[in-house]
Amino acid sequence: MTKLLASREALLMLAIAILLGIIAWRFPAFVAPSNLLNVFNDTSPLILLAIGQMIVILTKCIDLSVAANLALTGMVVSLINIAAPGLPVIFIVLIAIGFGTLLGMFNGILVWKLAIPPIVVTLGTMTIFRGIIFLLTEGKWVNSHEMSDSFKSVPRTDVLGLPILSWIAIAAVILFSIVMTRTSLGRAFYAAGGNPHAATYAGINVGKTQFWAFTISGAIAGLTGYLWVSRFAVAYVDVAGGFELTVVAACVIGGVSIMGGIGTVFGALLGALFLGIIANALPVVNISPFSQMAISGGAIIIAVIVNAQANRTPGRIILKKAEHAT
Amino acid sequence: MKRRTFTSLVAGLSMAAGMMGTTAMAQDDMRIALVVKALGIGFFEAAAEGAEEAAAELGGVEIIYTGPTDTTAEGQIEVINSLIAQGVDAIAISANDPDAVVPALKRAMDRGITVISWDSGVAEEGRMMHLNPSSTPLIGNTILKLAADHMPDGGEVAILSATTTSTNQNAWIAAAEEVLPNYPGIDLVATVYGDDLSDKSYREAQGLMQTYPDLQAIIAPTTVGILAACQAVSDAGKIGEINVTGLGLPSEMAGCVESGATKSFAIWNPIDLGYSATMIAHSLATGTDPSGEIPMGRMGSVTLDETGSAAMADPFTYDSSNIDDFKDIF
Repeated sequence: MTKLLASREALLMLAIAILLGIIAWRFPAFVAPSNLLNVFNDTSPLILLAIGQMIVILTKCIDLSVAANLALTGMVVSLINIAAPGLPVIFIVLIAIGFGTLLGMFNGILVWKLAIPPIVVTLGTMTIFRGIIFLLTEGKWVNSHEMSDSFKSVPRTDVLGLPILSWIAIAAVILFSIVMTRTSLGRAFYAAGGNPHAATYAGINVGKTQFWAFTISGAIAGLTGYLWVSRFAVAYVDVAGGFELTVVAACVIGGVSIMGGIGTVFGALLGALFLGIIANALPVVNISPFSQMAISGGAIIIAVIVNAQANRTPGRIILKKAEHAT
Repeated sequence: MKRRTFTSLVAGLSMAAGMMGTTAMAQDDMRIALVVKALGIGFFEAAAEGAEEAAAELGGVEIIYTGPTDTTAEGQIEVINSLIAQGVDAIAISANDPDAVVPALKRAMDRGITVISWDSGVAEEGRMMHLNPSSTPLIGNTILKLAADHMPDGGEVAILSATTTSTNQNAWIAAAEEVLPNYPGIDLVATVYGDDLSDKSYREAQGLMQTYPDLQAIIAPTTVGILAACQAVSDAGKIGEINVTGLGLPSEMAGCVESGATKSFAIWNPIDLGYSATMIAHSLATGTDPSGEIPMGRMGSVTLDETGSAAMADPFTYDSSNIDDFKDIF
């Protein structure tokens, strides 16, 4: 099993290397280390959201409300920033995480206590969250000159050569790698999705585990919401419109099984990087914008096919002598 | 049934009131109603300011600034009916729906009220003329000129648009490409599409800066794109090297102008629009022939095309000298 996992991620790393090679051939400056760091920084929000999404998908659920959660939390902290420009940014960050957590818990409760299919719940909350933004603002935008400088500076501040935004993504990768492999909650996520019946017999409350998955996803989406609006210095209803699908695609490319139970933080990281590299490379390699979407889509499908091949476990023959009898 | 009686009652009342109004009006001021999409929107408040300016200039004109409280056609129809009842002389409307308000406006014209539309038009049969804030060729020329004005020695410019299928943006870009030969030395190197998403627009702007190191201007004829490009240029530390320009709203662009990433940008001026609409309504109500030139005071004059519409002027240019006057308006 570990060998298989290793090979799948190795395959993805190979694909990323080939991708970078092709881009370098068209536009050499793209693979300069400083530019790759920029790409990583630009992909950080996707990495964060993909980790949250991966945890949800592990438990056989899906969270389509992440982008809407991001947009709503981003708008809420922006409005708080306008109302109280002097509020230290650390409180803004805590509010963002807290608010996102609440939104995630709301999803989780509906899935856990009312046993509504997660795709329906989050499709609903996705619309509700965007609707609330409109109610809060009547469609008006919060613009860069209305945000305080400290509010906008956090994602851009360099620490040891990397912007804080990148450091947050790195920290999340490390933190959740530990959580997923070294804590009972992390193992419960795998168990609840991999084999819910066995998990129940083993004393794991599957519904509750799913609730915690949504809560974590919500918390990450909330944090990303703040990072997003402060990075692009604008908040409005359609912030990150359609981004939930990119997040799910990153997970799928990263080898997270949509059936639950299979996936790693490292895989989600690679999946996000794969999409991030494509998104950043397409503008510079001088490809017609009309074919860009087709290329992104094609890359996703190829990656998924490759993954599916790697995933396929051959059936085990338990009765050797019956092998040729049929 | 109930509704029908009510409508006929209202129609009857309004007719009576209309006749009384006409008789009483003779010695009064001319009353021009400026009907907007909804009250409380900065853009329209500014238009009303322009209308008052025109009224003061004309003298003997009273402006009735009105509209529904939410942007619905039903609300506007009620407002129009009440204006008919008050017997105003002219109605200048920015419609929430081009067709739904037609019957009410026709009724107004039947009562001898001058009806024009501005900003957001009404179908041809429901008004005497329509005043567009600007026209496709004017906008195309303006966005290119904004960039060229700050590039005395010429150089490379790129366009960052919305989606590949946005009708407005594509028309403006085509118009800009058409007048490109009028700006010698200006080289349009690329047109990219940010899909009106801030993250994609930001990346496209970054891509432009990488691909074209000598780029001097990014033209974004979309509010999302211009903001994202301005942020990308600021983050890349290229303020002063690359000028981000295009179409944007003063309230959204104030930060970009302040940081210097944007030297100037354009959008239609609502004050001029309200002013011109009032001027046109006044001249039509005083008997100017709509098939000839219609004067609009300090804004010059317009001639209607075959659909009965006209374009006011070039989009208005905003820069550090006037942004503070407008950023709280719209």
